[in-house]
This record gives sequence, structure tokens and C-alpha cells, in this order.
Amino acid sequence: MDTAFSNEDLKFQSEIRDFIKANYPQELRDSINSKRKLGKELSREDLTAWHKILGKHNGWSAPSWPKQYGGAEFTPTQKYIFEQECAKAECQYIMPFGINMVGPVIYTFGNEEQKAQHLPGILSGEVFWCQGYSEPGSGSDLASLKTSAVKEGDHYIVNGQKTWTTMAQYADWIFCLVRTNPDAEKPQQGISFLLIDMKTPGVTVRPIKLMDGSHEVNETWFDNVKVPVENLIGQENMGWTYAKFLLAHERSGIAGVARSKKAIERIKQIASSEMSYGEPLIQDPAFKAKIAAAELELSALEYTELRTLAKDSAGKGPGPESSLLKIKGTDIQQAVTELAMEAVGYYANPHLGTTLSNEYVGPDYATNLSGTYFNFRKASIYGGSNEIQRNIIAKMVLGL
Amino acid sequence: MNFDYTEEQTLLDNMVTSFVRDNYDWDTRCNIVKSEEGWKEENWKQFAELGLLGVPFDEAYGGLGGKSADLMIVMEQFGKGLVVEPYLPTVILAGGLISKLGSEKQKNSIIPEIISGNVRCAFAYAEPQSRFDLNDVKTSAVINGDDYVLNGFKSVVFGAGMASHLIISARTDGDQRSESGITLFIVDTKSDGLTLQNYPTIDEYRASEVIIENLKVSKDSILGEVNMAYDAIEEIVDISTIAACSEAVGILQVLKDSTTEYCKNRKQFGQSIAKNQVIQHRLVDMMIEYEQAKSILYMAVTADLSNSDDRRKAVSAAKARIGKAIKFVGESAIQLHGGMGVVDEYMVSHYFKRATMIGVLFGNTDYHMKRYMTLTQSGISSSDEAISVSVT
Repeated sequence: MDTAFSNEDLKFQSEIRDFIKANYPQELRDSINSKRKLGKELSREDLTAWHKILGKHNGWSAPSWPKQYGGAEFTPTQKYIFEQECAKAECQYIMPFGINMVGPVIYTFGNEEQKAQHLPGILSGEVFWCQGYSEPGSGSDLASLKTSAVKEGDHYIVNGQKTWTTMAQYADWIFCLVRTNPDAEKPQQGISFLLIDMKTPGVTVRPIKLMDGSHEVNETWFDNVKVPVENLIGQENMGWTYAKFLLAHERSGIAGVARSKKAIERIKQIASSEMSYGEPLIQDPAFKAKIAAAELELSALEYTELRTLAKDSAGKGPGPESSLLKIKGTDIQQAVTELAMEAVGYYANPHLGTTLSNEYVGPDYATNLSGTYFNFRKASIYGGSNEIQRNIIAKMVLGL
Repeated sequence: MNFDYTEEQTLLDNMVTSFVRDNYDWDTRCNIVKSEEGWKEENWKQFAELGLLGVPFDEAYGGLGGKSADLMIVMEQFGKGLVVEPYLPTVILAGGLISKLGSEKQKNSIIPEIISGNVRCAFAYAEPQSRFDLNDVKTSAVINGDDYVLNGFKSVVFGAGMASHLIISARTDGDQRSESGITLFIVDTKSDGLTLQNYPTIDEYRASEVIIENLKVSKDSILGEVNMAYDAIEEIVDISTIAACSEAVGILQVLKDSTTEYCKNRKQFGQSIAKNQVIQHRLVDMMIEYEQAKSILYMAVTADLSNSDDRRKAVSAAKARIGKAIKFVGESAIQLHGGMGVVDEYMVSHYFKRATMIGVLFGNTDYHMKRYMTLTQSGISSSDEAISVSVT
């Protein structure tokens, strides 16, 4: 048992640190910070600038990808270090849809043409992807999806509606689960995995506003959309297998440990400025105890993640442990966003960045913390709700 | 980074696992805890033969030079078998103090005897008023010629009744709660002036109240320097706390696994109760708590324990978090076993009781939470920067 970094790891750590210092653009940091403070939407450029910089450097935009596909192929320890350093420096995180989701599906199940067509754009950050899984009637029960794809000659004709498509407003491509065989014995058996160009006629994106006023997710409509059969991944009706692979694939980072750590640090800073009963809030026993509880949970989760990573590197493939990381990781994210909101007292109230007011009020650090709290209720719902994750563990780990 | 055992650790793990399997089945254990002595000397001899009593001691004194990870392995397996022999009090707690503070002469005379199984020690530190504060010592030691005379009272001394020697913390200077002025004495349990009131604990271990009346001890029996024992006591209690946490993690594993099995087999309304989602989710939450407890134990075991601040922080984080897991997993195990959970006859209640008492040992969850908070509060500076919890 040994969790100390080796000399190579330490060298790697300072390499990452130096790289971020030298290459993370200050304008990007400023742009994102000022938009966050005003509750303004991040632009496509905000979301992809860092990705593009990493994409030009030894495949660092894709820490898990094999070298043969242009990735960095970091060891688990390196991945952990990389994530820690990026979080510490508050780098904008990389959108997961290309790098963590469809990329591994394409290089694992796609054909050579598909790899050649799509992987370079995902790696470089030039092509923006979104995910077409959920439908209005199919949330956690994903396999009940209805969007249909009917083969006509060289094309599939796609009809239906996807929802919760995160950042579809910027996306060039969408990977979709579609029903190709409505008569299959089990719902899982008639599903295929299709790549669809968002510019294809018949694709419509409509924004969904979340309760904090943000626009992250959308409805995506397909009205007789013609998709070339070359865009089918793997075999027809085998899409569920690829979908499951995708869901379990990327464990590293799923728990968001490094980001939550940074967030707790910030809450401590805020609570040192805020006063309660004439003393800094950080001295308040009740508040202090909540911070400590979050820290303990996070320490434990960090080691749960490290244990999982260590197991991965021993060649045991991804499994249902990712459900545990998802449950605990999102629990903590929610606890942390709540503590941040709680820390600023009355200044949880102002809703800035709306059409009604563009004025700054209150301390800088307080802006939009309540918005983030409200926004983050999504975390225990998306990606398979935490109840569904418990069902997965019950079945796959406990054998119930 | 790896969490694998070394070859030696795997051997150690296998050895303790087979000891528990072969020598500690449930009926055997029940007979041991019901016996007058409350432990089995034959088992102790076997520990000596297997080399277990030497795990943490320096090789120079015949030990194996093991670290916290090795003790974790032993204690985790002992936890799984609810082994009641006084390994933690003798080898880890008292043994740790002797290794840390003993003179060459003391170490050469006592440690080999502990390793061979002839000497068992217990550490008498808690007092009725001290609760978990190691610095709160009223028991006094007053110099009298070449001797010291000790007077006082020690509470709930685990393993004292089985011990040949007691290590007693006593105040030689300062006021009741002062960290300086505490001195350790190692004395024969049969000394005049020592009265042991032995009793069983709720979790079927044995402990004693120790009444100290005009106990005369020579200067040779002082461990370490006069007045200077506090740092060593805190350190060795911290190391022992990790060992207790390891035992707890072993117990939690049994509670989680046996409850899962029980729910699969128990039928109500014509089906296994594990078919109910409400039961499934409770079992999943027990598993998550167990994994989180194990993870934070690994955090503590792999922390830099030679740095006292890191050590304190890691130990208190682990004890507080594992305390929370003990409560949830333990209470859930009883609840899901239904009526079978609350009877003495069935194993699960015994595991629950031991885990709960480990929750109290060396400071409970609140105590360690407070210690952790005190330790982590420094270094906080004010800042006007906005928090950036990321979106999406």
C-alpha cells in the first residue's frame, strides 16, 4: 500500500502545473469569471478554448484515450494529478460529450472511416458534440426510448424528440440512441447508436430554461432527418451495449473530487469574510461542523476513487463502482453548493444578469451562489438518477 | 499509487484469516467470552508462535518491524472474527508506549517477553473525570526518596485483568489538565497498592477499574522522561485509534455481507425481502458507508504519520467518519434482521455491539470531529474571490 507520489509523478505534477501557468489564458479566466458573476451564459469559445489548447499538446485533452488515437494515455495516477492540478488552477473543465463519451465508443466500436472522420475533431475541440439519450417519456428508464430510425436505401429516416440535450445550442454533432426495431422482444434489443450532423435538415433545437435561469439544456427535435447509414456505430440493434459501455466508461472524474475540494476551500474563504454573532462565520460551531463533515466525506470519496483507479490500472475493466462514485460525488457537490449559498446569508437573494437588472450588488463572492445551488439539484437526477444508481449496485454488486 | 498488499502482507493476511477461520468459530468464541477469564491463553500462545505479537516491534528486539498497514491487516481480520484476546491493549497500545519511551534496558527486558507471549500489558490512562482527554490526569505520583508514591483511580482499563503489567499515567507536575507534568510508570499488576475491579463489557471484552492507593514504585519503572509523556501518549493512542478503526472496518464488512445474505434468504409475503426496493437501497447505502469507511482508513494508514499534524488530522478524520459509518451500518444491520437482530443468540447483535463500543474507544465521533476542526481551521484566510462551482 502506497499512495505517495513517485519522483516521476512529482515531475509530471510540476510539468502540468507549469503548463497550466504558461498556457491557461488570463482572458479566458476573466471572461468566465465575469460571466459567472453576472449569471451570463458561457460562449462556445469559453467552453472550448482550454480544450483546444490541450488538444495541441500531446493529447492532453484526452487523458484516458490510447496514444494510437491521439490521446495522452495517462496512468491512473497521472489522470488523478492532472485533474487535481486543473481544478486547483480553476481551469474550465472539458465538455465530456466528445472526449469521455462518444470518443471511446467510436474508437472501441466504430470502423476505420468513423475513427478517421471523428476522432481528430473531438481531440482538438473543433467539433462540439452533444448527447441524444433522454426523451420526454424516457428518463431513468432509458430503454423505453421511442425516437425511430427507419432504413430507406442508404439512409436512416429519424423521427422523434430528445430532451435534456446539454449544450445542443453549440453542438455540431449529436450521438443518439434510436429505435431501429420496434418489434424486438426486449426494449433494449431494438436500439441503435447513430451519429447525426446537427446541420441536417429537420433537426431543431429549442432551449429549456433551468430554475436558476440558465440555458444549458435543450429539446432536440428530429423531423424526417436523413442520416447516412455510414453513421451507424457498430451493428444495428446493438446500440444498448455501446450505450452501457459509454455510461460506465469514464470513472475518473465522475465524482468531481478535485472540484469539490476547491469549492470547500472557497467556502472557507467566504465564511472568513462573512460575520455571524459578531464573529467570522467560520467560527460558528454549526457551520464549522458542516464544513468538516463535507471534508471528511470528500476525503473518504477521494480514496474510494483512488482505489477504483488503482483497480482499473490493474486491468480490471470499469464496473458498477462508478455508480457509487456518482452517488457520493453528487451528494457532496450538492452539499457544497448549499453551504456556499448558506454562507452568504441575505445575499443569496439577488438574481443578477437577468433582463431586469444588470447591476452588481453585494460582495463579489456572493453572486449567483444560490443559482448554483438551485442548478445543482440536477446532479442527483442526471446520468441515471441516484435511485437508479442504487438499483444498479443492488443488482450488479450485491446480487439482489 | 497502489492499494495492494506486499507479498509479506498477503502472507500475514492469510495467516490471520486462517487463524480466525480455524480457531475462532462462533461456538468457540461464545465459550471464550463466557469463561471466567474472558480470553484463551492457548490463543495467545498461538499468536506468539505465528509471530503476531511481534508485528509492530523493531527487529532489534525480535519484532517484525511492521507499520500501521500491517496492524490494519491483523486488526481487520480480528474484527471479522470478533477476537477478544487483548492484542490492541497489549501489543499496540502498551507495546507502542514501551517502544516509544522505554530505555534500552526496559525495551530489551520487556519487548521480547511481549513477543514471546509471557508478558501482557495494559495502559491505564482514562479517569472518571477525563472522558477522552488524555491530558486530564488527576492520579498523582509524588517523589519519596528513590521512589514515587502513586494515588488515584483509573477507569475502564481494557485488558488489565489479563495483564501482568500496567502502564499508568500519573501527574508529577502541573495542574490537572496540563499537558506537561505527565509521567508514565510501568508496574507489576500484582503490586501492593493496586486493586483491580474486573468486569465484562457490553461487547464481551474485559476491562477493569484500577484503584491506586499508596502504590510505591521505583524510579526505574518510569517510562521515558519525567513530566514529558504527553506527546508519546497522544501519538501511540493515535496509532491505536487507526488499529481500532481497522477492527471496525472488518466488523462493518461482516455486518454488511451477513445482512445482505440474510435479506436474500428471509421470506415474507411469499418472497425474499431483498426483492423490496426499500430494502435494496438500504443495503446499497450500507455498502457505500462501508466503502467510504474503508477508504478513509486507507487514507489514514497511508498518511505521513511521522508528521504529528498530518497524523492528528488523518486519525481524527478517520475516527469521526468511521464512527458515522458504524452507526449507520450497525443500526441498519439490526433493523434489516428484524427480530433476529435484537436477540443475543444471533451473531449480528454481537458485531453491532463491538462496533458501537469501538465508536467510543479513544474518543467518539463528536470528539474527533472537534479535534479535526481545531486542526483544520488554521490556514484559513479571507478572500474576496468568487467561488466557482462549475456548471453543467
